[in-house]
Amino acid sequence: MATVFGYFNYWVVVVLMMTGFYVVISANNLVKKLVGLNVFQTSVFILYISMGKIFGGTAPILVEQPVVYTNPIPHVLILTAIVVGIATTSLGLALVVRINEAYGTIEEDEIHSLSEEESL
Amino acid sequence: MVTAVAVIRMRDLFAIVMLFGIYSLVSAGLFVVLDAVDVAFTEASVGAGVATVFMLGTLALTTSREKPSSRSPFLPLLVVFITGAALIYGTLDFPPFGDPNDPIHKHVAPHYIEESGAEIGIPNIVTSVLASYRGYDTLGETAVIFTAGIGVLLLIGGARRRKPPTSDKDSSP
Repeated sequence: MATVFGYFNYWVVVVLMMTGFYVVISANNLVKKLVGLNVFQTSVFILYISMGKIFGGTAPILVEQPVVYTNPIPHVLILTAIVVGIATTSLGLALVVRINEAYGTIEEDEIHSLSEEESL
Repeated sequence: MVTAVAVIRMRDLFAIVMLFGIYSLVSAGLFVVLDAVDVAFTEASVGAGVATVFMLGTLALTTSREKPSSRSPFLPLLVVFITGAALIYGTLDFPPFGDPNDPIHKHVAPHYIEESGAEIGIPNIVTSVLASYRGYDTLGETAVIFTAGIGVLLLIGGARRRKPPTSDKDSSP
């Protein structure tokens, strides 16, 4: 049973990741796709942070008493990744606004049919 | 997880964005439990705060209703289940959760934990790694944000300025 508990965090991550992936590939609305992309992204954050955790560890801030610190390196990586994530999300949302100005819709199939009509 | 699943079922985009904010906040709480307090700060402010505000701004500029989709959900579901099964099979090779003997804790992390107090002089190890040992990464990160900011300004700001000349109906690109 110890192994099942030992892999539980990865399975939570996989379920969240697949939820986000499903929203990205099945949603027709561009804003909903971006929300799915963010859900996917947060699942990757949880994957990294949970890898750094040590049982009985504390947050990696130096204190006087001898304690076990949780690994700080994933925290640093994910801090960078969160900020880069908001940058890509805002760029995607700006593209959605621009697409809405050009086509008047943010539904993917309507945009496809409109651009096919234009090319005819 | 429940909020993430609810995101799939909802049609109202406003509710989807609000649920996403709740999901971000819950994951920030999870980061506190996993001892990553700095990450939790950032996720709560950036993920739950700024991202939600940006999405609400986009909804204000576009529309807040999703139209019902005509596509069948079976092909995406199939792809998702196959990928998920492959990923779960892959996790069986991973080191177990919370074990201090995992390979991730054996490389440079002990050096940072033991020496950064003397070498950098900041009690928060995450800060000293972020700003000093991996300072170039942080510089690259700010470059990414700067580029994204320029991109957003070009996409939206440029469109605003071009709007008056293209407002007549028969102008086509």
